[in-house]
Amino acid sequence: MRWAVIQFPGSNCDQDVYHVLKNVLAQEVDYVWHKDTSLSGADAVVVPGGFSYGDYLRCGAIARFSPVMSAVKETAAQGKTVLGICNGFQILCESGLLPGVLVRNTSLHFRCETIPVRVEHPASRFTSEYLTGQVLRLPIAHGEGHYVADDETLESLFLNKQVLFTYSDFQGRTTPESNPNGSQRHIAGIMNRAGNVLGLMPHPERASEKILGSDDGLGLFASILASQAQSTAKAA
Amino acid sequence: MIRAQVIVRPRASIFDPQGDAVCRAIQHLGVSTVKQAHVGKCIELELDGDDVTAARTQLETICKDLLSNPVIEDYVLTLAAAEALAQVKPAAAKKGKKKA
Repeated sequence: MRWAVIQFPGSNCDQDVYHVLKNVLAQEVDYVWHKDTSLSGADAVVVPGGFSYGDYLRCGAIARFSPVMSAVKETAAQGKTVLGICNGFQILCESGLLPGVLVRNTSLHFRCETIPVRVEHPASRFTSEYLTGQVLRLPIAHGEGHYVADDETLESLFLNKQVLFTYSDFQGRTTPESNPNGSQRHIAGIMNRAGNVLGLMPHPERASEKILGSDDGLGLFASILASQAQSTAKAA
Repeated sequence: MIRAQVIVRPRASIFDPQGDAVCRAIQHLGVSTVKQAHVGKCIELELDGDDVTAARTQLETICKDLLSNPVIEDYVLTLAAAEALAQVKPAAAKKGKKKA
């Protein structure tokens, strides 16, 4: 499977994603500079975390206008996999590839810690290797992770099973204390209606090797690989 | 030259933690009469040309597509300086007044 990892000025998780894909999962992977206009036919694209354009104006608001984003939108429209992590999630929301927006954490604190994240359901190309209600240990590192959308959007996200990850405690209970940023309905990650674009605040790429304390994030990448293998087999 | 000012502020329905923190700080300062604070942004722009109507159309696009996110923010666009400029130029003044 061929992957593209986008690099904006201010991206800082691009190398982590690249490392996991190339060295842990033995994937073919290329960096794509934000001024490039083509993803060279990659099967999946990752919009990584960081502080693109210094988070000026609003997180992700300026990155949205980078030349490469037209190619990302095209890739999404073709049904290929698009994964936005942290700042990447913010960029996908600002670009309109995902609904809603991420605003300042209610506490105003930058939260940088490993926390429990609950898998809402495994029926997606991003979560097929997980179980319903499985609690993952994933790192977060953000100041603007508070997911906001209008009531109608929230209802439709849950109705259509687009909410894949929520913040919970280690027992899988959603309590006020287990919500690190004030996100509406504890939302940590959502996918689009078509099911090929995912944005999430936690960092699966930072939890993909045991030596780093958790490899719970690996399942997300493994799910994408499994789904790709399945569709390749179907096409053959 | 046309000058514009855009005030972007959080929508009333969206909790504004910055405004809340500022409000609490004001109370710590010993002023108890301030009950609410909202923190937004002020963006000042300078545009070439003197067609106020055309500028306003462009500025509305800029406000909607970049400077504010309609999910969480409202904006107020003013061309105060431009309208002041327009008073000097009678032809532009009419257009300015219509839109004001």
